[in-house]
Amino acid sequence: MIIAERKDLGQIVEMLEGKERVLVAGCRSCVSICHAGGEKEVATLAEVLRLQAMNEGRELEVTEATVERQCEKEWVREIGRQVADSDIVLSLACGVGVQVMQEFYPTVMTVPGLNTSNMGAPEEQGIYMEKCGGCGDCVLHLTGGVCPVARCSKSLLNGPCGGSQDGRCEVNRDLPCGWDQIYHSLERLGRLDLLEVNIPPKNWIPSRSGGPRRIVRASIVQGNEEKRAGGGA
Amino acid sequence: MRSGSDLESTLECVRDTATTEIGPPKSAGAEHVRKKAKALKGYADAFNLTDNQTAIVRLSSLASSVVCLQEGAEPVMQMTCRDRNRIAMQSDLLGAAALGVRNVLCISGDHQTFGNQKEAKNVYDIDPVQQLMVFRQMRDLGQVWGGDVLEERPRVFLGAAANPFADPFEFRVTRLAKKINAGADFIQTQAIFDLDRFERFMAMVRERGLDQKVHILAGVIPLRSANAARYMKTKVSGMSVPDEIVDRMKGAADPKKEGVRICVETIERLKDIPGVHGVHIMAIGWEDIVPTIVQECGLMLRS
Ligand code: SF4
Ligand code: SF4
Repeated sequence: MIIAERKDLGQIVEMLEGKERVLVAGCRSCVSICHAGGEKEVATLAEVLRLQAMNEGRELEVTEATVERQCEKEWVREIGRQVADSDIVLSLACGVGVQVMQEFYPTVMTVPGLNTSNMGAPEEQGIYMEKCGGCGDCVLHLTGGVCPVARCSKSLLNGPCGGSQDGRCEVNRDLPCGWDQIYHSLERLGRLDLLEVNIPPKNWIPSRSGGPRRIVRASIVQGNEEKRAGGGA
Repeated sequence: MRSGSDLESTLECVRDTATTEIGPPKSAGAEHVRKKAKALKGYADAFNLTDNQTAIVRLSSLASSVVCLQEGAEPVMQMTCRDRNRIAMQSDLLGAAALGVRNVLCISGDHQTFGNQKEAKNVYDIDPVQQLMVFRQMRDLGQVWGGDVLEERPRVFLGAAANPFADPFEFRVTRLAKKINAGADFIQTQAIFDLDRFERFMAMVRERGLDQKVHILAGVIPLRSANAARYMKTKVSGMSVPDEIVDRMKGAADPKKEGVRICVETIERLKDIPGVHGVHIMAIGWEDIVPTIVQECGLMLRS
């Protein structure tokens, strides 16, 4: 899932300056699981904005909407009326949701209420940890299912650096050393032999180094004919 | 004087300044740079040493700049944002300044997928505007980025690139303004074949008074063949080559001569455009032709 956290209230208020009708738009997917942008967070933030405006004697109309997935047009389409009635949309989705909103409603400005951080998972309640850097060329089969790109602070591919101690990373003692975790995972799997291999310089083209990534599933892409026939979603 | 650079003093007092380029070799041999510097010395006010041009591994621009200095030719060290983060950038700037390099050109650099290290992870920690901000702070305030104080400041003349032929057109002038705000002392432009568009660009530059704040060196490339012209027209992004130029090259009995003629004509027209302070000749592997062009244009010898 995508992990995000809310921006500072001050920053949010600044982005909304001069606007009178704000739509706070949440997303029921990833950001709701990490308690950053679901229905509950939308309601809380909307209330805070209303109260603050009231205290300052400003006119501010705040409406709320939360869609299933803000990263897909099909869901974003549902709130067209509310967007049209607003001067600005404050999106509490990840950065993808913000962009899809803006693309779908190009004449109303959408601003981000969250800082999108990473792809990860809940470690325990309230703690979320990065798991994948989306490098586009997965090596988890060589590293015991623990990602060296995302979980080693230096993205080392051939084992721990000299700063790894007691299972902790030199960058921050509160962080597990990714390579310590890889080692123990391979040990449990009886595959320590995999550590003997020198992995050559990685191909970063499928990562961001090849420009924005685009995946095409030819079998389901609609031709112009089909699109015209109204098959498009 | 900010830098003690000859290029700076030349640009301050002479209108027809010329700079050109020396491409470092794909090897550890410095002889190539030495030879070119010797041959071209006196035919340009300064020499750009490209930084792993087209993302192909070459002798470093810093080492090549020092070789140039040893031959008594003034280098402009190019520095791309592709390969270095801000730590390496600042360190290399200090190193270059310590070794006597007085001109640095800040550029983004060609994407690595164009070169011979396609699988490389690029850096782009900072962009050229930020690079200029960082370098200017080091030079003028004597501080590295973040505020730590330098005991000795790097005395450098800071350059940047501008491309009037890339899009969106109007934004090109804004981008130039941003680079000037960030600290650019001089500008070298993309090669100009489309003079009409360049004139429109310069009119917008003058309208904003930017030509009063920075020295602009207009870029030119001498064409060697009709193929080269066609290639630049169709394959090189961010270039504008009018059909007329391609046709002239195609119809020429001696394409090389025609290429030089076009180049000289272009320079003559560029000299008349207010705000242009000189030319930057990019001969890309045909450096021997630079003296001819410089002489024919009467851009001559100051050393
Ligand atoms: S190797 Fe790459 S794709 Fe695989 S988990 Fe790590 S970052 Fe993600
Ligand atoms: S201590 Fe471990 S996780 Fe941290 S940088 Fe070194 S190898 Fe990577």
